[in-house]
Order: sequence, then C-alpha cells, then structure tokens
Amino acid sequence: MTPQVDDYRQVAPPGAVDIVLKLAERVRGRRFLHVSGGRFGGGPAEVLGTAVPMLNALGIDTRWEIIGGDPAFYAAARALHGALEGAERAITDEALAHWAEMNRINAKKLDLRADLVLVHDVPPAALVADRAEGRWLWRCHFDASRAHRRGWSFMRRFVDQYDAAVFSLPEFGRRLGVPQYVIHPSIDPLSDKNRELSAREVAAIVGGLGVAPDKPLLLQVGPFTRGHDPVGVVNAYRLVKKHHEVRLVLAGTAGDDADSREILADLREAAAHDDDVLVLELPPEAHVQINALQRAATIVLHKTVREGFGLAAAEAMWKAKPVVGGVGAGLVQQIIPDVTGYRVHSVEGAAFRIRHLLNNPELIARFGTAGREHIRRGFLITRHLTDYLALLIHLTG
Amino acid sequence: MRTAEHPFVFIGCVELRQALDRQARDERELMDRLEEVPVGSVFYHTHGYFLRHRPLTTAWGNDFARWVAVEVRDLALAERLSVVDPFEFRGLDELREEMVTIIHDHLRRLGTVPRADEGAIFHFQQSHIVQVALGPRASTLAEFRDGLAAVDASAIYFHMVEARARLGRRSGDFAEWLRTSLGLDALAERIERLDTYMTNLERVRARVLSIVDEALEAQDA
Repeated sequence: MTPQVDDYRQVAPPGAVDIVLKLAERVRGRRFLHVSGGRFGGGPAEVLGTAVPMLNALGIDTRWEIIGGDPAFYAAARALHGALEGAERAITDEALAHWAEMNRINAKKLDLRADLVLVHDVPPAALVADRAEGRWLWRCHFDASRAHRRGWSFMRRFVDQYDAAVFSLPEFGRRLGVPQYVIHPSIDPLSDKNRELSAREVAAIVGGLGVAPDKPLLLQVGPFTRGHDPVGVVNAYRLVKKHHEVRLVLAGTAGDDADSREILADLREAAAHDDDVLVLELPPEAHVQINALQRAATIVLHKTVREGFGLAAAEAMWKAKPVVGGVGAGLVQQIIPDVTGYRVHSVEGAAFRIRHLLNNPELIARFGTAGREHIRRGFLITRHLTDYLALLIHLTG
Repeated sequence: MRTAEHPFVFIGCVELRQALDRQARDERELMDRLEEVPVGSVFYHTHGYFLRHRPLTTAWGNDFARWVAVEVRDLALAERLSVVDPFEFRGLDELREEMVTIIHDHLRRLGTVPRADEGAIFHFQQSHIVQVALGPRASTLAEFRDGLAAVDASAIYFHMVEARARLGRRSGDFAEWLRTSLGLDALAERIERLDTYMTNLERVRARVLSIVDEALEAQDA
C-alpha cells in the first residue's frame, strides 16, 4: 500500500510534512502530468510510483502517462540516451526520425492536457513538439554535460521548445535557451529498499544470501560495470585484508554487454580464490535484500568512477553507515568528508580510509549518525515533494 | 498580557534553485563571473548559504569561500572571503563589490591563478523563494513563543534573513512585529541585534527563544 504523506512524520525533519501540506493547499486542484518511458526500473520511476498517489491525496490532480512504441523506437531512445550521456553510439537519421515520429503518434493518443507537464528523460522528450496547453518542463535525470555533439544538437531542438529544464545538479546541464532548475533526486525511507528492518529480519535475509555474520562486512551495491569499479573495490579489500579480518560483498546486477560479463567473470575468479569475497548477482527487484545487506554492513563502498547522481550512498547513509565513495558529482553532494565518510580517488585511498575506520570504530558510529541526519535533511522524498510543489506554484502561479 | 491587533503569521519558505550559465574553474573566473551575475545569484551564494548550511559541516560563511577552501584549497583567500558578513552591507551590489575587491587584491599578490580540481567547477545559481504561511497565528508574546518553537526552520530564515536582506525590512520581521504590534521595544532591539552570521537556523531560533523566555518571565514577575 502506498504510504500517505502523514506517514513520513516519523522519519522526515520536524516541520517538513507541514510544509508539504501547506504548499499543496496553494495549488489544490491544479493539474500535474508526468510522462515517462516506463513505470518500472530506476530511481525516477520508483519516486513517481510513490509521489503520484501522494500528490493526488494532497488534492493535486496528478497523472502519470507512459509513452509506447515498437522495438525500433526503444532502440533509438536507448541509443540517443547513451549518446547524451557521452557514449559513442551509431544512430542513423532514420532512427532519430522514427523516434520523433513515434512521439508524434503518442501525442495524438495521450491526454497531455495539464497545468504543468513534466516529461522525464529521453523516450517522450519530443512530445513537446505537439504541446497544447500548460507549462512544459523536461526532467533530465542523467548527466548530459558530456553529451555527444550530434546527439545533443538533435536533442536541443526539442529541449528549447520547453519552458524550462530540470537537472539533478547544475553540472549535469548544458547551454540551453530556457531556464534550468535544479532538483536533487531522493530516496523513499518507507520503501522496501529503505524501511526499518529488525535485527532478526536482517540476520535471516543476509544469512539466506550466504553471508556469515562473523566478520566486519564491507559492501558495495551497484551494477557490475567499469563505471562502478568493482574490481578496484576487490583490490582495495585485498590491501585491507592484510591487516583486518573482513568480508567483502559485491551485490548488483550484470548487464548483457561483453564488458559487464568480463567484469563479472573477473569478480567470480577473485571470489573463487577467497572465501571472504562474495559476488551476489541479484535481480533488480531485490530491494529488501539490498536493504538487509546495507544494514548488516560495517562500511559501505561506492567507488564509482563516473555515474549520474546515484543514490546508493544516500541509501547506505540512511541506514547510518559510513560511506567510502568516489568523486562523482552526486557523491560530492551526498558524502561530507570527515563527517559522513570519505571521498577517494584511488584503490589505495579507499583501502587507507577503510583501515582508518576499522581502526577507529568510534568514527563508524559517529559518521553513521551524521550521515543519517544529512540524508534526512536533504534527500528524502518529502523534500522532493516540496520541490515539485514549489515548481507548480512558481510556474503556474 | 498585551494582544496584537494584527497577529503574527509565520511564513516558511522553499528554495527553488536555478542554475545559471556561468561557471568558474579558477579564482580569476570566479571574480569575473561574480561581477556579471544577477544580484539574485550573489544573494543565493551568500545569504542563502544560511538556509542550506547544516551544523554538520564546517562553516565557511558563503559558497564562494567554501569552494575556494574545499575545491581550490586556497585557504588564505577562503578566510578573507568567509569573514565578509553579508548582513553588514546595505545592498547586494555593495556586497558583490567587496567580494570582487578581495579576490582581485588576492590575485594581484599571486604569480599564478589557483585552480580547482578537475570536475570541481563552481556553478553560479540563483533561487526563487516560494513562501508559505505556517501554523497558528500569534497575537500575544506567549503565542509567538510557542509558534516560534514549533515552526519549520525555513521560517527563521525567511523572517530573519530574507526579510532583511532581500525584502528591505531591515529590522527583521520578529523585531518589527514585537515593536509595532506589542510595543516591546527593548525586546525587539535585542532580537534585532542578534548576530545571525556564522551560525545556523536552529541556533538562531534558540537564541530568539531564550530572549523571549526572559521577557515572558519578566512579565510574569
């Protein structure tokens, strides 16, 4: 059952829920439409799944439409998304034209009437060409700052037709002819991934995954990709292991590409020679398992080389764990060095900080407490609702 | 106990952030961009710092000083910028001028321009403040005290910082209401003189509450 906004009083900062209620009073009855490429997978869809019913309960007439298409449409949207994230992609003019055409067809089918229309990411981005009423915003959830030139010049034709764009960080945006607002992503503290679990539940779930509770646990949760550097994490663990009896768990999903398979094979090879290294390939919906692993961990690692905002650090900090993370822009917002964890630039740096924490266990508790408070103040879904309502008020009067 | 004809309405606020197409990679660019950004951006990175700053982190007083300290690692300039108290200036252009002069003076003494690490660019922003009335209205000093104790911290920012620095109400809303609606001039003056710089909103709240409590005790006596 979807939680109601009042349920968040127990976890949100004092006064935060009241602000949400008061802001909602100002825009009661206003029509707010979200359009995205799907209802499942990824943080943005998870947030919408919770936020849309809550906004309706607050009196905002909120809908969530999904754009549809054939396999060629999804392939073109994926390729364009990759190019906008800076990857080299072979996209033909025909594929881009098909993507735009499918948007036109969807525009005729979908009910796009609203006071504020928030179009999420790439698949539905061209709907704006058929906009009729209300204010339109493009919500870009990824880092577009290093977009491939051809992909961006194609996309910009559409983005400039919006009234504004919304990015997760100022550094994720690009030069545009429209205002750019900044809204950080958030975590839902009452979702399966973040809700409280009893010590007994944690022990049962983690035990079921084959993780024994006999040693301090180092954990990294994330895809088995080069961007998340799981091999670097194994190397850092090996440096730590010379001095401390610890166990490393790498939990995540593997992609279909050759690169991911190669990394997973390397990790399995490492695990085969060391009983204290566990590689857990989990399905995307293994939220409770991830929750339990994070709660069982002593130190959580998030050694990304480059990614979008990423909220794995925030999720771990919400469970009062110190985080040793990389230097991605999202981590700069989440990790306060020497207060909630450390940001490191190398395998050696990660090992050094882990050893420092293990040798000074009082820091583990102190960083954990500070981290939970930092996330409570800045990264919960109540703050996200506040931002959405502020957008509604600011843009629709 | 005196009752105000016009009750005090606590206003909370939400900051909708907007990125500007202005960045700085080094201290010279910081100075150049600072000269040309809208005054709203100067406000966001100085006075607005108090809305976002949490007691968890080291206080640098404003975003410019924090960036120079943390990302450029030029502590001499960071210290000089952090000591600039934005509440001492009559206007944002005057505040901007002071910041620019400090950076210019600092750069004149250096052979090279200190630069931030790769990826640690300073992005100029500004914000739109969305106001929202909160909680029950206060007609007496006791009601004011109860409301102040319970209200969201953004209301402290709105009435003590935003009202003074951007909305031209130089005394701040708390002092102004206590003086004009309850005739409590001495109490108003004490609140007006509170140093809101280099602290956080919860501490400001605690200080105002402490002063109001003293006044309430004196009234009861």
